[in-house]
Amino acid sequence: MKVSELVKELNLVVFSGGEGLCHEITGGYVSDLLSDVMGNACEGEVWVTLQTHRNVVAIASLKELACVLLVSSLVPEQNTMDHSNEEGIPVLGTSLSTFEIAGLLYEKIKKAG
Amino acid sequence: MIALRFIIVGGDFDRAGTASSETKKILKQLNIDPKVVKRTVVALYEGEVNIAAHAFRGVVNISVSDHQIQAILEDEGPGIDDISRAMLEGFSTASPKVREMGFGAGMGLPNMKKNADELLVESIPGEGTTVKMIFEF
Repeated sequence: MKVSELVKELNLVVFSGGEGLCHEITGGYVSDLLSDVMGNACEGEVWVTLQTHRNVVAIASLKELACVLLVSSLVPEQNTMDHSNEEGIPVLGTSLSTFEIAGLLYEKIKKAG
Repeated sequence: MIALRFIIVGGDFDRAGTASSETKKILKQLNIDPKVVKRTVVALYEGEVNIAAHAFRGVVNISVSDHQIQAILEDEGPGIDDISRAMLEGFSTASPKVREMGFGAGMGLPNMKKNADELLVESIPGEGTTVKMIFEF
């Protein structure tokens, strides 16, 4: 499944990084600890988090994650969006909580895989 | 042999990751095994963040030879009182502000150790810390 399909199916907001909507999704990772993501997330995963600062994109790019998904109607900072556009890593958003979106995401990815 | 040098400013989280990102681009251009590139980048990022989080300033020197990547991160800062304690997963002296950003979970040095083939940490409390990492390929 591509990031663009996930956006449509889960009705997500695309804040920035539209160039990366073609990224293929391999799985998901849920964490707000950056070193945890750095150490344990895998290439192609959707990263669900409530962190909105620029370093989130830096990490997503270094780890070649598919996209970042912000929960609970959180909005990325301007420099986060700028960096996301530079790196081509989509920053997405949902009004749902981490628990709810993780459940939906799990179902979609399991079905697609 | 290729050599790269980056300056890191203490407290500047906006630019944390620049050295890792630039190094990643160069290593990819050199066609180094992607697994080695990934390990290097994870460890280097943690090192960069440690300097931003704890030190006043630091320098990152990267050199790439035929079979290995060497990264030396030298900072001027408070240093580490007890290195063996700092190596423990979960131990952190990071400020509340740094923790709110999702850093400072005490996973930085353990991540560096897991990803580098060799890790050497030397520190003089009150002066600074030097971290040397080697990645073989």
